[in-house]
Amino acid sequence: MSLQASSKAPDDYQADFLISLLQDMIFYRRFEERVLVAYTKMKFAGFCHLHIGQEGLCVGVQRAIDPQDYVITGYRSHTQAIAKGIPARDVLAELFGKVSGCSRGKGGSMHMFSREKRFYGGHGIVGGQVPIAVGMAWKIHYNEENHVVVCYLGDGAINQGQVYEAMNMACIWQLPVLFIIENNLYGMGTHIGRTTSVGAKTLYKRALAFDMAHSQVNGQNVLDVYQQVNKLVKGMREAPGPHLLEALTYRYKGHSVSDPSLYRTKEEIQGYMNHDDPIKNLSDKLIQDKIASKDDIKQWDKKVKATLKTLEASVDKDMDPELSEAYEHVYS
Amino acid sequence: MAQMSFRDALQQAMAEEMARDSRVFLMGEEVAEYDGAYKVSKGLLSRFGEKRVVDTPISEAGFAGLGVGAAMAGLRPIIEMMTWNFGIQAFDQIINHGAKMRYMSGGQFTMPLVFRAPNGSAHMLSSQHSQYVEGMLTNIPGLMVVCPSHPADGKGLLKSSIRSDNCIIFLESEMMYGDKGEVPEGEHIVPLGQARIAREGQDVTLVSWGKALRGVMRYLSSLEDELGLSVEVIDLRTLQPLDEQTIFTSIAKTHRMVIVEEGWGFASVGAEIAALVGCHSFDELDAPIERLASAFVPMPYNEHLEKEVLPSRQKLKVLLEKLTYQSRS
Repeated sequence: MSLQASSKAPDDYQADFLISLLQDMIFYRRFEERVLVAYTKMKFAGFCHLHIGQEGLCVGVQRAIDPQDYVITGYRSHTQAIAKGIPARDVLAELFGKVSGCSRGKGGSMHMFSREKRFYGGHGIVGGQVPIAVGMAWKIHYNEENHVVVCYLGDGAINQGQVYEAMNMACIWQLPVLFIIENNLYGMGTHIGRTTSVGAKTLYKRALAFDMAHSQVNGQNVLDVYQQVNKLVKGMREAPGPHLLEALTYRYKGHSVSDPSLYRTKEEIQGYMNHDDPIKNLSDKLIQDKIASKDDIKQWDKKVKATLKTLEASVDKDMDPELSEAYEHVYS
Repeated sequence: MAQMSFRDALQQAMAEEMARDSRVFLMGEEVAEYDGAYKVSKGLLSRFGEKRVVDTPISEAGFAGLGVGAAMAGLRPIIEMMTWNFGIQAFDQIINHGAKMRYMSGGQFTMPLVFRAPNGSAHMLSSQHSQYVEGMLTNIPGLMVVCPSHPADGKGLLKSSIRSDNCIIFLESEMMYGDKGEVPEGEHIVPLGQARIAREGQDVTLVSWGKALRGVMRYLSSLEDELGLSVEVIDLRTLQPLDEQTIFTSIAKTHRMVIVEEGWGFASVGAEIAALVGCHSFDELDAPIERLASAFVPMPYNEHLEKEVLPSRQKLKVLLEKLTYQSRS
């Protein structure tokens, strides 16, 4: 497994690099599918927002940034956390509420954290992570460091007021923060076209209000994501300043596992699965370029499934937090 | 010891802590070039430069959240709101993020962050500029709520707040920035979570804090003689966590209690203290607990109406008479 490899791609994309991208995306998808099954078996409860369909983004971004860079996101945080270096085991354990979880079983699905890996959550209030991201970028500016902050937000979050307050400050102080809108078209059950005046697939226009640099990328193409983010982050290290990147993507599952997706057609979902799926897109390329065969990919998939099965069985044996943990970490 | 205004004492606390620790910075509306809306940050920009004394846009939620993120990443922000009424715009960041980050990350993050602003009524500022937030914010685990009543405590408590790894709500008052008092030079630290006896007495325990306490001390200078009473006054200084023991000890001596607060009394700090004392010290009480708070109405503008709804000398007198069975009714 090449998971969490931070190897950078040479310009011509070596076969190893491409394969590792595909393997990681497969891992994230199978991880989330396993999480869904565990949820339906009532192994855990609460809200659970899956990232299935959106794997291209976190894999592409992860390869373009350094371990010393910061990432923060909203409540759809499982695979983002793994991509930033938190072991998948610790994320699964957190979902199961185990003391071995990355937040000691006190955060859950929406609150994955690792100070060490610089994954700053996992936030459950739509848009709330955006001012926090600007504060993290303020620290980089304050200490004259060369890192960047990647701040994910959903299409729904772009209608929150504090997002604009934060973006304005990032612009006036030229802070190194890359805002990435994961535009999966739906804020819960409401199509973004019904809640924005700038067009459902042109949310980057919101950057115009601040004269902020902006662009768009096809989130279903991991190589496009990698390439564009790589360029943006390099530029940001040379000349700090914010950028708003809109990534067009799509989620196959409901907003959370309890959402039956009655607000969209099966054909719409199937259309993305058949024609614009990040895993399929890269698989097709690898097969076409004779880097991998269909069989190879099947084998990798099988291996990932086996790995995850073992992982889950091992997490099952972990302990719940002691009851005394309920009273810890409120104050210093 | 130097005589100093409340605002200068707060300024001195920030200046000393900024000199001591380069991670400390001040951010807020008008704090830098304007020298502070109430001149609390006067001179700090010229001394520490624009990276450490930062004017913000009018974006309370935004710069409160910036403070949360900067604190998570290792800085020690002081975030000034022009008033806590505007700070209500930032309650999402304070309550949902600042208060909970340590807990929901399983203790990975600390929150060395101070939110400071004037709290409560000033003079004829009407409904949207006269609110007391301690009742709301003491109800949130993860926040510490601090409220000094005189300049020396202002300095000592603010220094402790800046050095704390907790998310601090620091309550000041527009009406008190000009108050003068003796303030120790240099390293003057008042620990968080410890009340003080502002005035010793035998007959009644009076619990208060902040601007309400300042009023109480003025009223009592003549009321004690008038009523022939000796009142022990407890200045809470920190409202969350509450120094319960100092209250219980005093009640064991006086057996009577009145709580004076300027905020609304429903589900308030005063209500909590009354409940605590009722549960813990019931057998010590010789009379029902009395409470004085603002009338449960938004603050009116008119000067007479404003005085009508706030605690006053007369209202306190009536309660003290009732508490000591001196009233005729």
